Amino acid sequence: MSGALSIAVSIGFHGLAFAMVLYLISVGLSVTMGLMGFVNLAHGVFAMLGGYVLTRLMSHYGVPFFLALPAAAIACALVSIPLERLLYRRFYGGQELDQVLLTMGLIFMSVAAATYVWGPLTQHMQPPPWLSGQVDLGFRHFPAYRSFLVVFGATLVTGLWLGLERTRFGAQIRAAVDNLRMAQSVGINTSRLFMLTFALGSGLAGLGGALGADLLAISPSYALQYLVYFIIVVSVGGLGSVRGPFVAALVIGIADTGFKYFVPELGAFFIYAITMALLLWRPQGLFGRA
Amino acid sequence: MGLATGRSAVIDSFARRHRFRAFEATPWVLAVAGYFLLPGYLPLGAQIFATILFVLSTDLVLGYAGIVTLGQAAFFGTGAYTAGILAANGWGEPISDLVAAAAMAGLVGLLSGLIILRTTGLALLMQTLIVATMLYELANKAGRWTGGDDGLQGMEVWPIFGVFRFDLFGHAAYIYSLVVLSIGWFAARRIVNSPFGRSLTGARENVARMRAIGAPVARRLLTIYAISAMMAGAAGALIAQTTSFVGLTSLSLERSGNALIMLIIGGVGRLYGAFLGVPLFMIAQDRFSEIDPVYWYFWIGALMVAVVLFARGGVLGLIERLRR
Repeated sequence: MSGALSIAVSIGFHGLAFAMVLYLISVGLSVTMGLMGFVNLAHGVFAMLGGYVLTRLMSHYGVPFFLALPAAAIACALVSIPLERLLYRRFYGGQELDQVLLTMGLIFMSVAAATYVWGPLTQHMQPPPWLSGQVDLGFRHFPAYRSFLVVFGATLVTGLWLGLERTRFGAQIRAAVDNLRMAQSVGINTSRLFMLTFALGSGLAGLGGALGADLLAISPSYALQYLVYFIIVVSVGGLGSVRGPFVAALVIGIADTGFKYFVPELGAFFIYAITMALLLWRPQGLFGRA
Repeated sequence: MGLATGRSAVIDSFARRHRFRAFEATPWVLAVAGYFLLPGYLPLGAQIFATILFVLSTDLVLGYAGIVTLGQAAFFGTGAYTAGILAANGWGEPISDLVAAAAMAGLVGLLSGLIILRTTGLALLMQTLIVATMLYELANKAGRWTGGDDGLQGMEVWPIFGVFRFDLFGHAAYIYSLVVLSIGWFAARRIVNSPFGRSLTGARENVARMRAIGAPVARRLLTIYAISAMMAGAAGALIAQTTSFVGLTSLSLERSGNALIMLIIGGVGRLYGAFLGVPLFMIAQDRFSEIDPVYWYFWIGALMVAVVLFARGGVLGLIERLRR
């Protein structure tokens, strides 16, 4: 295979794996912002928590990867519910400044709490042995774990979208995003809907954080360090959209991988430039409503 | 008759707003007293003045124009690096460096404002953050100019007017920062009391109505955004010049976030929130880090949550509520 094509395939592949992680983490944020009108800057805390639960369960308790993964997601969903009921709910549709300060405060608290519980060092995720080698796809080899990320991520995304289209719960979410008051008038319990959606988004973030623990390193400052990535995916995708962030995650994931390969000395700078250009073109994001 | 007295009452209330009131002298009296009474704390005082200027610049966009920003550090850092790079490369004359820093930050504010002010609300909030992160990354990667991760070193700031040196004791730094802060405060006070400033508040409260009466809202928001950026840039330059160091944290999200929390502690949209919030925050930070040196950040976070939950409007808001 020619060099250029090989590089392109490699960038596309790694970008895709990165995009899956970005999407899983950010989709909940997009829905929270669009549906509840809430800027949850602390969304990354759930992803961090997922990463910690997974690495801790695997390294200290010998829990197999495929049990630790759902455990991470469930733990995040469960932790998010009391937070939503006690704190977040009061600020839905309220002033952005309050939301920003509240969630920044939560981030600071999470940094200290994570350092206290898990120590200041970065946690390493060791994929199970059968996922740590290479996969031979006939024409070339791919790292097994990244391939797993792509396949697993694609399955999850398909499941999520089907669920949103085909289930009653999904229909309720779509109705509430489209027209909250109308949804309430036809008898949808939006308070409960918000809680469940928030828990689902946090669970997905936890799953994304756990899956992506070797891409976005798990350390106490996680929520602060990667906040901009999640924010970019959501703002390029369009607030409240479920598909938008996927396209955005693809663009950002692949572009980031590509630019870091070709011009590593400029790091993530191009991503921000692309984001600004996209937002100059479409201020409300690719799939956002004006 | 009712109409005539009604009108004069309105005119009176407008005129009164411009007048200086006794309490407005308090920060300046304290600052001058501090110079004589606490000679050991002058360098800290200079830092506090510069931070107040920075938070005041945040109050202009946030409190008056209603632009919730997470990227004010972009301008602070631009100013700091401009002054720093000039001083490290052979031009350390402080006042012209300060002016250049403010101009550069204002330019960045103008250019980024042209792009991001087309949106509102959440989208705008996120874009302010993206702009700041972009500059952070730029400064991080342009290590040849900025020193990257290690920070900018080797600044040589010349004496003010060729006479007053920036020394370890901070005499010059204290007075210099105080003078710059008072200029910034005076300008901010004039701006928010001017028709221009009132129209910003109008746009904050009801954009549609301001447009309907023919106010060029977009242009005015851009103007205040650039002015506030200049002020933040001057604050950054002050810190750079008085400490002879610029680090990447000057562009960080923490700095923007801290400005917000300081402003909210003091009180948003009241012009004096910054003067109260900055010292209170610094005292709280000092206490927390003494009580709990490792995890003091937790308590800062808890403080932020508590302020949002229980003390909206900050200290000035509480005072207003008590007086009513």
